Order: sequence, then C-alpha cells, then structure tokens
Amino acid sequence: MSSRSSGGVSRLSPYLQVAPLALIMLTMVGVPIITLILLSFWDSDGIAIYRTFTWQNYAEVLTSPLTLILFLNTLKYALLTLVATMAIGFTCSYFLVFYVRSLKWQIGLFLLCTIPFWTSNVIRMISWIPFLGREGLFNQMLMSAGLTNQPLDVLLYSDFAVVLTYIHLFTLFMIVPIFNSMSKINPNLIEAARDAGASSWQILTAVIIPLSKTGIALGSIFVVTLVMGDFFVVRVMSGGQSASVVSAMKNQIDQLFYPQASAMAVLLILVVVMMVSAILRVVDIRAELAR
Amino acid sequence: MSQAPTRRGADFYLLAGFFALFVIFLYGPMLMIFILSFQGPTGGLTFPMRGVSTHWFQDLWSSSRYGDLGGGLRRSLGLGVLSLIVTAVVCLFAGLAFRHRFWGAGPLFYLSIISLVVPGILLGLGISQLFQMMGFRLAWWLSGLGAHLSWTLPFGLLIMFAVLNRFDGSWEEAARDAGARPWQVLRLVTVPILFPGLIAVALFGFTLSYDEMPRSLLTVGGKNTLPIEISNMTTNVTTPALYAIGTVTSLISFLVIAAAFLAIAIIQKRRASARRGAD
Repeated sequence: MSSRSSGGVSRLSPYLQVAPLALIMLTMVGVPIITLILLSFWDSDGIAIYRTFTWQNYAEVLTSPLTLILFLNTLKYALLTLVATMAIGFTCSYFLVFYVRSLKWQIGLFLLCTIPFWTSNVIRMISWIPFLGREGLFNQMLMSAGLTNQPLDVLLYSDFAVVLTYIHLFTLFMIVPIFNSMSKINPNLIEAARDAGASSWQILTAVIIPLSKTGIALGSIFVVTLVMGDFFVVRVMSGGQSASVVSAMKNQIDQLFYPQASAMAVLLILVVVMMVSAILRVVDIRAELAR
Repeated sequence: MSQAPTRRGADFYLLAGFFALFVIFLYGPMLMIFILSFQGPTGGLTFPMRGVSTHWFQDLWSSSRYGDLGGGLRRSLGLGVLSLIVTAVVCLFAGLAFRHRFWGAGPLFYLSIISLVVPGILLGLGISQLFQMMGFRLAWWLSGLGAHLSWTLPFGLLIMFAVLNRFDGSWEEAARDAGARPWQVLRLVTVPILFPGLIAVALFGFTLSYDEMPRSLLTVGGKNTLPIEISNMTTNVTTPALYAIGTVTSLISFLVIAAAFLAIAIIQKRRASARRGAD
C-alpha cells in the first residue's frame, strides 16, 4: 500500500490520522512519566513540595532495608504467578488449538476464557472471600470431609490468597497470546513431524513450544507487569499483612509524600523495563506481531 | 489438525477435564457472589443462605452508608461511553496511519506499549501531579478520561492491527480508481468493511474504562467512579450489599459484552447470506 502513496493518499495523511493518538499518548503517558521523574528529584517535607534538586529521595529509598524486602516480596509474587499462569495458560491453549476440532467450539471456548477480562477485577477479587474465608465454602468442605477439625486460617488474608487471586485475574493474559501463537502453527509441520516418527511429547517440546515462544513471552510481559503494578489485591487479600512495592508506594501517596513515592516509582519502572527487555531479548515481538 | 484420529484418546479427556476445571475456577467464585447477593436480610457474607431476598439490592439504593453509588455509576457509565467513542475513532485512524511508513511510528508504538505495562496508579500519580503543576483542576471528565484513554487506546490499537492484518487494501484502491474522494472511501468502503472489528475496539473502550480503578484513583478528582466506590466498600462493608453491587455492575458488563457479540454475529450472518445470494 505504501507504494501507492503517489496516487490519492497524500504524504501528510498518516500524520493527520495518527495525530489524535500521538497527542493523547504524549499528554497522558509521556509527559506524566517525565513529571514523575522530575518530581523524584524534588525536595519535600510532607507538607509542601520545593522545586529544588535533590538526591535525597533516592538516597532514602536505596538505603532503606525495607526497599529490598518489598522488591523481593513483589518478585516472589510475580514469579509464583508467572509459573502458574504459564502452565495453566499453555495447557488450556494447547487443548483448544490441537484437541478441539470444530472451529465454532474452539472460538466459543476461547471466548469463554476471555469474557472475564471485560468484567471488573475488583469484583472478581472480592468473589474469593466467600470461598476462602474462615467460614467459607472451602473450609466447610474440608471439615465435612473430616480433613481438619478446625477451619484453616491461611486460606484468606495470606500470601496464598494473594497469589491465587493473581492467577485467577491474570491467566487470561497468558491464554490469549499463547492461543494466538499456537493457532498460527501450520498443521502440516505437525503432520511432518509425526510422519518422521516423532512422539506426541517430542512434537510438543520440539515443535509446539518453540513456535509458541512469542505468545509465552507476550503473556509473561503482561503477567509480570500486572503483578508488579498491583497494590489493591495485595492490600485486601493479604489482609494488610504483606506489602508490595506499589502498595507501599500507595501508603506514601496517601501521606502526601509524593517525591519519595516518585523515586520508588522510577526505581520500579526501571526494574519492570529491565525485566521486559530481558523477555524481549528472547523473542522479537514486533516482528512476530507483523507476521 | 483436521485429520486427527477419529477416536479420542485418554489425553483428550485429561486435557478437557483440566480445561473444565479452569472454567470452574474462572467462573465459580463469581457465580457464588451472584447467589450470595440474594441472601436473606439476616444472612452474612458466606454460605449458608438464610432465606432468599432482594433485601441487599434495595439496601444499596436506600442506605447512605455505602457512599455515592448512584453518582459513581452515572460517572462510570459516562466515562465508558466517552472512552468508547474516543477509542473507536482515534484507533480507527491511527490503525489506518500505521499501514504507512511515517516518522515517529516506532516511538509512538513503544509509548503505547509502555502505557500498557506501566503500573496504573503510577501513571495516575504522574497525570494528577502534571495537572496540579499546570494549575488545572482534576475532573473525572478530563484528567479521569485521559487516564482511562491511556489504558483503552493501546488495547484498541493492538486490536486494530489485528483487524487490519486481514483487511484487503485493494477495495480502497478500487474505490479510488472509480473516482471516490478520500472521505467517501472511508465512509463507504473502509468503515463498513472494518465495522465488526470496530465494534470489538469499542467493546474494549467501554468495558476497560467502566471497570478501571488504579488509574482513576488519583485522577478523577473529588467525585469517584463506581470501581473506586466499590473498592472503598471492600474495606468497610461486611454485609452482602457488597455482593449485590458486584452483581449489578457485572450484569451491566455482561449486557454490554452480549450486545457487542450479538451485533458482530448479526453482521457476519448478513454478510454470509449476502455472499450466498451473490453466488
């Protein structure tokens, strides 16, 4: 289409067409991030912010032993969630793409997995409370089965509840890209592998997993960044007993310590960007998207 | 694998069982709060049900201890509709632009991706601080809308890429060769062909905005949206009213999703029958 730029479509038109998006992205994403970076170098006393340059905020964040604990805790959540969502997402996509024969069923079941994406995360998180609570369904089931004689307290308001909620909320971010990668795999490749005598396991590890890499990488980026950016699930589902980087930052924001919070934010964004570029090193997502 | 063996092996049933468990995991808890929202007036947050009633739904609207739920709902619906319109229009044109090479395409694409992966509340902090530095007041329809667009536009753009991947540009060329002016090409050829995809973009625009919480928190100003009101409720409401509002807002989401799916299905069916008629 670019070859036709001489006829009909003027050279300017892409710029006009993309201008609204560029304007909104710059004013609502680009400039605000720069604002955060600026803010992280400004001085404050908890009441007012002074526009004088200081390293103080970073010095505080980097020397506080709490920072390391928060980052490690957040990484722990991210890793646990990543492993679980990857396993579930891969298995479900694998089933949908290679075992469901009718296209109608395939699309229907795929949509069934994605519909919760268009509903409220807050509500989906709350919905675990009647299940996991002290008097919740799970404890009732355990007790009537005679497995315990008193309700388990670790189900709700614990790290377990936090990670379970993350898995519940974010697995679909794995399923969609992996499903997308897998359905682009040419069935002839699998036939050829089978004709050459490969077992189902060999086909899975030597053909399907390598060709699903892009989807796995895209899904991982989503899951890692969503977990690293969360403050609400960790606050509610841990019952205030655990904290993540952003939930600690949220406390600083509530106390109006904006520059300190910004320094922490910049640090977090750096860590997230490093993790994302590490994943991008494994696969070139932009080239794959265009495929 | 169209030539799959006709008999299904144990691996099929194993995987199907796993998938079924996942679907139960996905929908089970939600179903539970829908049921529990019909608790009797003396019922609590967990089973057993103490009678069946709509007490907690009435309580939502008549009691003032749950905050400004009505106002929150109105603002959330308003923001959703605004996001829908802006997302559909902006992403349509941006998607069309990205088919050509233009200066800054790469950086703009990456800025959109950054907007997806940056923690929402941090972006909210950035936007609110920017507004305060510039001396603008925070308002749900301005800074709030902007924060929502930072979330809906990148998704819309990615959907547009997928939609345009399957779009055949020769239809537009044919129209141009037949003497159509650019806006005629857009109105009579491009938009009608892309319409099902645009509905999908609009669905993302509405639902992602309607349920958005972290980006809204610091940007909507004094008047809260519904997700913020609900998240405030999680910490101080210990009655099934919490589930009742969950049921109401989920119902709205499901209605919107169903409407979008239905619209796409109707268009596809019409196209299929038109194609059959043409043969």
